Amino acid sequence: MAVGVLALQGSFNEHIAALRKLGVKGVEIRKAAQLDTISALIIPGGESTTMAKLAHYHNLFPALRDFVKMGKPVWGTCAGLIFLSDKATGQKEGGQDLIGGLNCTVHRNYFGSQIQSFEAELAVPDLAAKEGGPETYRGVFIRAPAIIDAGPEVEILADIRVPSKKSIAEKEVAELQEEKADSEEKVIVAVKQGNLLATAFHPELTADTRWHSYFLKMVSEEEQALSISEEVLDDEIQPTKIDLPIF
Amino acid sequence: MSRNGVVTVYGNGAITEAKKSTFSVKVGLAQMLRGGVIMDVVNAEQARIAEEAGACAVMALERVPADIRAQGGVARMSDPGLIKEIKQAVTIPVMAKARIGHFVEAQILEAIGIDYIDESEVLTLADEDNHINKHNFRVPFVCGCRNLGEALRRIREGAAMIRTKGEAGTGNVIEAVRHVRSVMGDIRILRNMDDDEVFTFAKKIAAPYDLVMQTKQLGRLPVVQFAAGGVATPADAALMMQLGCDGVFVGSGVFKSGDPARRARAIVQAVTHYSDPEILADVSCGLGEAMVGINLNDKNVESAVGKGPTRSGIGQYSVLTGGFR
Repeated sequence: MAVGVLALQGSFNEHIAALRKLGVKGVEIRKAAQLDTISALIIPGGESTTMAKLAHYHNLFPALRDFVKMGKPVWGTCAGLIFLSDKATGQKEGGQDLIGGLNCTVHRNYFGSQIQSFEAELAVPDLAAKEGGPETYRGVFIRAPAIIDAGPEVEILADIRVPSKKSIAEKEVAELQEEKADSEEKVIVAVKQGNLLATAFHPELTADTRWHSYFLKMVSEEEQALSISEEVLDDEIQPTKIDLPIF
Repeated sequence: MSRNGVVTVYGNGAITEAKKSTFSVKVGLAQMLRGGVIMDVVNAEQARIAEEAGACAVMALERVPADIRAQGGVARMSDPGLIKEIKQAVTIPVMAKARIGHFVEAQILEAIGIDYIDESEVLTLADEDNHINKHNFRVPFVCGCRNLGEALRRIREGAAMIRTKGEAGTGNVIEAVRHVRSVMGDIRILRNMDDDEVFTFAKKIAAPYDLVMQTKQLGRLPVVQFAAGGVATPADAALMMQLGCDGVFVGSGVFKSGDPARRARAIVQAVTHYSDPEILADVSCGLGEAMVGINLNDKNVESAVGKGPTRSGIGQYSVLTGGFR
């Protein structure tokens, strides 16, 4: 199983490092033609406008949409979540292209600017049931989006309590008020719909690889369903690529 | 030391309130910027052009380095009103520069909700001896460096991202190459070093031992490293990426050129496809006039990188170039 990581911009190295820890080789994807060689795709965190622009320059969107339509497993983290959702609010002037597929509405930079970025222990019962380990997961949220509305077919894997309406609202009254007015105290931060997985936080920035193995199980299930003979990983021991430490 | 008898290493006597943002969150944003281009902009209109071109962040300034160089005088933090205006115009992260050692400028920038602060040698120095204690802030910092020792000292002070100093506002990439080569070269020397020799090496480059050891084990700086100072063309940007940087700052290079929108887009593409000469050739075509550029050997050109707290004798030692600078 070859897992591609969209390597236009952002934390693709971190995702490849996390996959390597699980003994899976991640392939950097920069061009449309490369999508044919992989059975699953991870869209990493980064600046979603930048990634959308770069995808647009090289005409990647039609190929990415086809990839999603074919039902191959795709996982988006942070910017990737925005890409996969059908609708996004809080976009730049003129909006941006999306891949779509996930029936939900995402708000970009929901929590505010970098000063409002945070870490939180998330309750993840589904993940813990499948992958074991503790009931909580340390989620790193960096200028993160949040899912403010999800369709009935979307399975919610994790949500987070927004501290209180006031503390966020006072910073960005104008921008967030309408959404805040009718929203609950909880926002959704991880979802699954069919073969699409999306997280608003960054599992690639923590040492806990459960989300990555969760996704890899989705990939192998899909491959078995299609009765593709699962290639045994030719784990050619490559010189370990240098990457950042995990804090 | 505080009243309850607990000794804290960092943040003692901090003026700011309790800190929520951890180092991993600070480094995290820098990691999200990897493989991207950060552009200097002086107004909301330029910020929009940069965002449309695919910049992953913008640096809000009153004057680009080339103008600071030409006009002289004291260069300070930009007007917070201007920074706010730029912040409202775009959805990508907005950075701003504070003078070296001027922690009140940094507090002001934090208060207006800036995403990253550049403690920059491009502005006039505010403190000859000390940098800002960046552990006291919730907002992350990026700092310049010329060599490994300087980079690790800045990281120990709390910088969550490092950029090379280069020679800002010249359009001449030579200094940036020198600094990247120096950092990368020292890391390569360090990697092949016996563990017993690291103590002396740390002393020689005047850097904290634990960070030197971490760098040795990782084989790279422990935070994201960008290139800056003199990048003017897509080829310059790709050169920096191939030398091992995580991304590129472009200062005067974009908006001092003939066709800023086009050049900005070309540099963004060059950073993503840095190892693909065909795409590089493609995006380099017909970009119009590049910024004029300054030759550093010119007698009346004064170097800005010489600036930095050096008086206390904390050296700028580089193993490659030898000796203190």
